[in-house]
Amino acid sequence: MSTTGLAQHEQEQGTSRAALTGERTKRPSVLQRFAENRFALVSAIFLIVVIVAAILAPVIAPYDPTRITIGTELQGPSFKHLLGTDPNGRDVFTRILYGARISLSIGVIAMLISVFVGTTLGAVSGYFSGWVDSLAMRLTDAMLAIPVFFLLLAVLASLGPTVPTIVIAIGLTSWMTTARVVRSEVLRAVNLDYVLAAELLGASRARVIVRHLLPQALPSMLVASTLGVAQAILIASALSYLGVGVQPPTASWGNMLSDAQSYIFSEPMLAIWPGLMILFTVLAFNFIGDALRDALSPYQN
Amino acid sequence: MGQYVVGRLAQSVVLLIFVSILTFGLIHVAPGGPAVLLAPGMSGAQIAEAQQSLGLNDPIPVQYVRWLGHLMHGDLGKSYSQGLDVTTLITKRLSVTLQLLFTALALSAIFGILIGVVSAMHRNSLIDHLATGFSFFGMSVPTFWLGLMLIILFSIKLHLLPSSGAQTLGQPATVTDRLEHLLMPAVVLAVANLAQIARYTRSSMIEVLQADYLRTARAKGLREQSVVWRHALRNAMIPVITVIALGIPRMVGGAAITESVFAWPGMGQLAVDSALQRDYPTIMGITMMVSVVVILTNFLTDLSYLLIDPRVKLSRG
Repeated sequence: MSTTGLAQHEQEQGTSRAALTGERTKRPSVLQRFAENRFALVSAIFLIVVIVAAILAPVIAPYDPTRITIGTELQGPSFKHLLGTDPNGRDVFTRILYGARISLSIGVIAMLISVFVGTTLGAVSGYFSGWVDSLAMRLTDAMLAIPVFFLLLAVLASLGPTVPTIVIAIGLTSWMTTARVVRSEVLRAVNLDYVLAAELLGASRARVIVRHLLPQALPSMLVASTLGVAQAILIASALSYLGVGVQPPTASWGNMLSDAQSYIFSEPMLAIWPGLMILFTVLAFNFIGDALRDALSPYQN
Repeated sequence: MGQYVVGRLAQSVVLLIFVSILTFGLIHVAPGGPAVLLAPGMSGAQIAEAQQSLGLNDPIPVQYVRWLGHLMHGDLGKSYSQGLDVTTLITKRLSVTLQLLFTALALSAIFGILIGVVSAMHRNSLIDHLATGFSFFGMSVPTFWLGLMLIILFSIKLHLLPSSGAQTLGQPATVTDRLEHLLMPAVVLAVANLAQIARYTRSSMIEVLQADYLRTARAKGLREQSVVWRHALRNAMIPVITVIALGIPRMVGGAAITESVFAWPGMGQLAVDSALQRDYPTIMGITMMVSVVVILTNFLTDLSYLLIDPRVKLSRG
């Protein structure tokens, strides 16, 4: 336990020491190792394009995403409408751009909530052993053992499917992996000499956790957050597809698919674009998370 | 052993109480509570009367204990939207959902383990890369979209498989007809879990294949087939079983989505409909019922460790 923690600690200190003494480390930097993974690199570029397009949606998008126009329903792809129009005469390309804003924001904010809850529980439970630890871990086990999706349905039914509710509900039901990972990293670091030194110097518990223990867990938290965004986007799109997520006329990738299903026999193409966007975006986050895990692991190669 | 089983059983009961408090609490924090939603057109006096007769004016803990009492007797209340007993409504659909769930579970376990073992044996080969690619796809593809795409391909373009329902209506149900209806939903539900199982089996196998006792087995002159499938797999299975068990709660959620896509007449579809109609007794009942199934499965999984690995310590519990 303690040797692995030490090795990881030294690896993280490696760069600064090398910088001080002027020698070059043989180990390629995390960024270099990350960039060696072509899938991850392509994914990062793809995500940057999608994010920029989402931010600039009002500038790029040629039409209004929600205004229903009569006479332009269900057109095929053309120069006027790159991906055609939907059953309400709205431009599909425009709606995909605006859908990206909603879907990505939900994914990222839900992830932030889940990382916050997971990190707090994990760190507290790893630092204070005993009943605090058991209580937090039993809660984690319980949340992992129950079919959370039905709970989400129940919550959204009772509180109403608004975007803040969706985000909070997803965030509060997906922190378990982070809690476990952070706890094990904190447990690994809590007996190291420098933590003891900080405690002897009179640092408060909060300071020890935030300044000395959490940085050890940062790599794992980063991986968990990246994979967390992917999960959150998938769950949110499923909820929107089922009608208990983002409500029309606001465009989300999920509710665009639920619109498309009624026309699946005559206009199957309508169901393709929003789905591909979800697939590629989630895939990109998963590739990046995986590459980060490899790049940040001190024992790789 | 007996003590362990009893301990685990007690844990399961505690877990169920936790779920019941969570479900009940969440429903009752809704602004205005469940009563306002009984029927949108009711007058103030009618609402007050309905609240009185349903006991919705009592303190929430009292309501909770009463609900739990009814629950113990298998009474989940009356559905708001259909006027039927929730228990009757659910039990009719439970077996339909379980059919789908267990077929998908079996598909994902069998093919996930198979793919994982083969990629571990041929590490970094073309097969291995294809399997990894498939795993990433499986973990990233939205279940409902995969369902829609398969419907477009196999039902609309190729006319090979039916797009919805559990059997052709207006016909006596034959085995082939039922299997044809089951195939697409089961595959769609299995994919994400299959990907996960394949990845874990692969890494677990790679670790186990380097073990000394396998070198011994080979040195003894055992055939490679026997070394891999009989000696290595048995040990590699232990973490894989954990992953399979951990995947079940998520798979149950996936079943709700899959059922909606394929109009599979099970509990998941009912849960989604109830959520849309704010039919609280039904959705609470389904959440409880599903949790019982999931927690029971977890319990059985833990017991299965005893069979597969005699070293498992039974001290805790």
